[in-house]
Amino acid sequence: MASTWRYVIAALVIAVIAAGGMMAMHGSSAPPADPDLSRSKATKKGVFLASVEPEAGSFRQGELHSWVLTVKKPDGTPVEDASIVVDGGMPDHNHGLPTSPQATAHLGEGRYRVEGVKFNMGGWWVLRFAISSPAGADEAVFNLTL
Amino acid sequence: MRSRATFALGLVAALTLGGCGEPDFTEAEKAMIASLSLSALPPLPPDPTNRYADLPAAAAFGATLFFEQRLSRDGNVSCATCHLIDRQFQDDRPLAVGVATTNRRTMPLAGVARSPWFFWDGRKDSLWSQALGPLEDAREHAGNRTAYAHFIGKEFAGRYERIFGPLPDLSGLPKNAGPLGTEAEKAAWNGMSGEQRASIDRVFANLGKAIAAFERSIVHEPTRFDRFADSVAAGREPKGEAAFSDEEIQGLKLFIGKANCVTCHNGPRLTDDHFHNSGVPAVKELPEDRGRETAVAQVAADPFNCLGAFRDGGEEACGELRFMVKSGDTPKRAYKTPSLRGAATRPPYMHSGQIATLEDVVEHYNTAPPSPWGTSEMHPLGLSERERSALIAFLKTLAE
Repeated sequence: MASTWRYVIAALVIAVIAAGGMMAMHGSSAPPADPDLSRSKATKKGVFLASVEPEAGSFRQGELHSWVLTVKKPDGTPVEDASIVVDGGMPDHNHGLPTSPQATAHLGEGRYRVEGVKFNMGGWWVLRFAISSPAGADEAVFNLTL
Repeated sequence: MRSRATFALGLVAALTLGGCGEPDFTEAEKAMIASLSLSALPPLPPDPTNRYADLPAAAAFGATLFFEQRLSRDGNVSCATCHLIDRQFQDDRPLAVGVATTNRRTMPLAGVARSPWFFWDGRKDSLWSQALGPLEDAREHAGNRTAYAHFIGKEFAGRYERIFGPLPDLSGLPKNAGPLGTEAEKAAWNGMSGEQRASIDRVFANLGKAIAAFERSIVHEPTRFDRFADSVAAGREPKGEAAFSDEEIQGLKLFIGKANCVTCHNGPRLTDDHFHNSGVPAVKELPEDRGRETAVAQVAADPFNCLGAFRDGGEEACGELRFMVKSGDTPKRAYKTPSLRGAATRPPYMHSGQIATLEDVVEHYNTAPPSPWGTSEMHPLGLSERERSALIAFLKTLAE
């Protein structure tokens, strides 16, 4: 009986080590711990409030689609005259976005259509918007996980 | 005491033998596995840039053209010379051989109509425009535009005109002329009027549209992986032809987990249709090859691209071209992710056939060497020999 228990305990130790190893493996490809996934935030220096949403409400991995970026001043006034440069990528994979999205239209009330967005892989993505207007220049950075 | 021992043994079994017998996947793993099945493939979308894409007569004409060896300089090369119908529409060679040897591996054609970009480097942005490239490449068909138009007028005028309308007046046009041919062919092309060149370009584009209509019918067949995946997705135990061995299950778990294959080889075709620098070595006998970095300028300047005069439908279909990445590090020595369906039975691998076996491909990704140009996206995987074997066992289920 005692020998059976020794066997069971040894096997359990191996199992726990194996399970720990599995968790470590999965950890290696995960996004940063506790990423900020909010889609509405103050820009880096606080010049604007920026929020983003897919124009169609949702999107599918691998399909070209549009987002809407809304830019406001901290007091809530829409920023109507911003110029916007879009950038981003996958920090874990040393590469940028698979496409070169552009702000192609001002939809009014500080809302800008950003066309040509695509996420071709699962994982942690970053979307960066460099926003400049007479009110100042600042950057908004959004995290996404697919 | 006995029940505690049974519980402990059960716990051990659950923790260590998860891959044995009935597959044991997390809900996230099940969802990922289901997303890779052919059952998850949506219907083939229309191609608004080719209004003949789904016309049966155009597809039939395209099939004729695909196998037509007279569409070449020496009368011996057709599309099917390299895209062999019984070999997944590829040729098993490291470098394709038409009239001469090229710099690239022939790509298989199953599901090709779903890709937004064509060739290993994406230097074409539609299937119909892709079909035109080899026809004029001096190492492939090595033909020229007026020769093709004369050939169609002589051999296939009726079939052509029933689909595309009247052929232009070809009388008096040079026998051999084209902008990419020999010096004499270029000179003859430049001697033609703009109107004549445009009418020949239209015929040439239509040949591509017919070939594309045919190629839209080349699809992936379900594999043992698909049967397994569909069983897992439906909550059934995979049995018989759907069953996986323990090693294949381990390989699948690695594919969607530790080995990170699924980040690029995703979706039912196991490709993200995009371009990556994966540190594939250069072939020293070949000219410098910068992959996507060179191709972005080529596709932007191509008169047969989506923004050119030969596209059907509206410009809204041209998003991939309008918003393509043109500069920076991302395109440097980046090549398209190939589908892994059938890959196990079609060595050699990579864009110039650099890697001879599947074992060596897995070892390449396991060690992740630096790229000869630009930066490799890969990180070393640290897979054991047993894990590498399991991964290969899984990849074989995508080819049977």
